[in-house]
Amino acid sequence: MTMLKTLAPYDFPSSDAVGNYQGRQLLYVNWERHRMFSRPFVLALPPETPFAEIIDKHMTDCFSYHPDWAQIDWSAVKWLNGSRPFIPDRDKSLADNGIGHKDLIRFITPGLDGIAGSGY
Amino acid sequence: MDMKVSKKLGLKERYTMMTRDLAWDTTFQPMDKVFPQVGYEGIKIHDWDQWEDPFRLTMDAYWKYQAEKERKLYAILDAFNQNNGHLSVTDARYMNVLKLFLGSTPPLELMAARGFSMVARQMVGAGPRVACMMQSVDEYRHFQTQIHSISNYNRFYNGMDEFAHQQSRMWYLADGKSFFDDAITAGPFEFMVAIGFAFEYVLTNILFVPFISGAAYNGDMAAMTVGFSAQSDEARHMTLGLECIKFMLEQDPDNLPIVQRWIDKWTWRGTRKLASVGMMMDYMLPKRIMSFKEAWEIYFEQNGSALFNDLARYGVKVPKCFAQTIEEKEHITHQSWIGFYMKPDACPFHTWIPAPDELDWLSEKYPNTFDKYYRPVLEHFDRQEKAGNRFNNKTQPMNCQVCVSTIKFNEPGDPMEMCFRETVYKGEKFHFCSDHCKEIFEDEPEKYVQTFISSHAALQGKCEPDGTDVNAHDYRPGARMHAYWRMDKRAAGDFNGSEDQKNFAQWRDQATKN
Ligand SMILES: [Fe+2]
Ligand SMILES: [Fe+2]
Ligand SMILES: [Zn+2]
Repeated sequence: MTMLKTLAPYDFPSSDAVGNYQGRQLLYVNWERHRMFSRPFVLALPPETPFAEIIDKHMTDCFSYHPDWAQIDWSAVKWLNGSRPFIPDRDKSLADNGIGHKDLIRFITPGLDGIAGSGY
Repeated sequence: MDMKVSKKLGLKERYTMMTRDLAWDTTFQPMDKVFPQVGYEGIKIHDWDQWEDPFRLTMDAYWKYQAEKERKLYAILDAFNQNNGHLSVTDARYMNVLKLFLGSTPPLELMAARGFSMVARQMVGAGPRVACMMQSVDEYRHFQTQIHSISNYNRFYNGMDEFAHQQSRMWYLADGKSFFDDAITAGPFEFMVAIGFAFEYVLTNILFVPFISGAAYNGDMAAMTVGFSAQSDEARHMTLGLECIKFMLEQDPDNLPIVQRWIDKWTWRGTRKLASVGMMMDYMLPKRIMSFKEAWEIYFEQNGSALFNDLARYGVKVPKCFAQTIEEKEHITHQSWIGFYMKPDACPFHTWIPAPDELDWLSEKYPNTFDKYYRPVLEHFDRQEKAGNRFNNKTQPMNCQVCVSTIKFNEPGDPMEMCFRETVYKGEKFHFCSDHCKEIFEDEPEKYVQTFISSHAALQGKCEPDGTDVNAHDYRPGARMHAYWRMDKRAAGDFNGSEDQKNFAQWRDQATKN
């Protein structure tokens, strides 16, 4: 239960409600154990965006700077949406992959632990 | 002739007459209508007269004392500036400490000044009101003198002139802004715990030591003198914060859980805010004073433990985050510096990879973590830069909904993993850097759903420079952030090859060689 105490009615909208993004939604992407991109990045995309665009465009643009990117065994990668494991369908949209506003996709590449195994 | 000589008042009498005797209880309106803020947070005060004034300073003595300090300060600043003091600092990388400091600290001093003048109006007792008023004036003075001391550098080095514009817009300044916005929108007692106690008492040394000693070690007489001139004020600020805690706890046992929650919250928020100060100590000062880890051990672990032992008789416990901060002291400065290094286009100050002897210093100071987790990636970046492939991450970051830090801290117990926490409130997801920030959110979600996160706001089209045509066919929200931030391109990028680096070397040569 809230502990907020106020002198007057207090009711303000969320700054990042989905309605503020003109038909798009926020998506965060993190490459696990590759903290060189030390923060996950955020995108605003229409829910119809095919998942392939996340990999081929946004992840490739950002992560290909890392020497591990070329080493990825794509048959072994695992994905989490938040803490829930899921298998994305490249050809389906974000919405059809069950990805909603402000979801966090965690990309796991077994065997690759960053520069000199440092997690970076 | 008989002359009537009035007896000179003693210090204590004089103090009483000039403060408490000037106060009165209202009669046209009931006191609780004139002072509604002291009641709504749930803190119960039965007798304001029990407030012990921690220092007895009258306003006239205060003016006299501060004026004297100002005279000395400006005499030194003038001498330093007239003698081209900026060329006597250790090396031009030091200017970036000033740039980071200028953006992050004076604007918060101004917020402290506003906060304390609000609290001075809201409190009932004359003692706390006078003390808060003086602190407000002090903080305003800190705000001004810090800017004055750095303004001379602005004549020579890039990236200092738009700090006021950038304060409420720039991504990396949002954590400090949110810290004070949170405090100033709380009630007066929470503000006193947040700023008066957690920040001024528990954490202030971690802010002051690196800046003042760092300035002294690196030949910056101007910033050093400003620091010393503020330090005697800080002694007063600390006693005020502590007295306020004791007063609340002595007034009613029901106040304890409220005060404890605020101590937990604000110690954590302050700790997060200090990550960039630690980074300054470990990476940005050309000549180091001590490591952030050492400073944390002395000023937080040892001094903090002593303080909380002293408060144990009131039932106060050490802040909940204590253990986590001890684990993190080995990591956060490295994580922060890498975080800034990767954004050469998005900071109005330069970053660089430490020289080999500086990396050795870090290895020595951080034997448990540096070689294993951080040195390899820094050396990798260095090789890439030398090969003409300097790291430049162009994506927009994810931030914590409460502390607004970029998500970059590791999972407790596992330095290889990023720490993520999330919760759902009214159908919307919110993300945090830690359990502590998550708990702060869940205690008052109505407040933190309003957090300003720069990358989100940009994607909403709220961060456009003047004159942007949002109906243009190629309009993309957030595509013109540099113009929106008024970023000076000369101030961005790697230190190596920067204009500051070249100018400093040239001017120093002119000053010291034939
Ligand atoms: Fe201050
Ligand atoms: Fe202060
Ligand atoms: Zn946080």
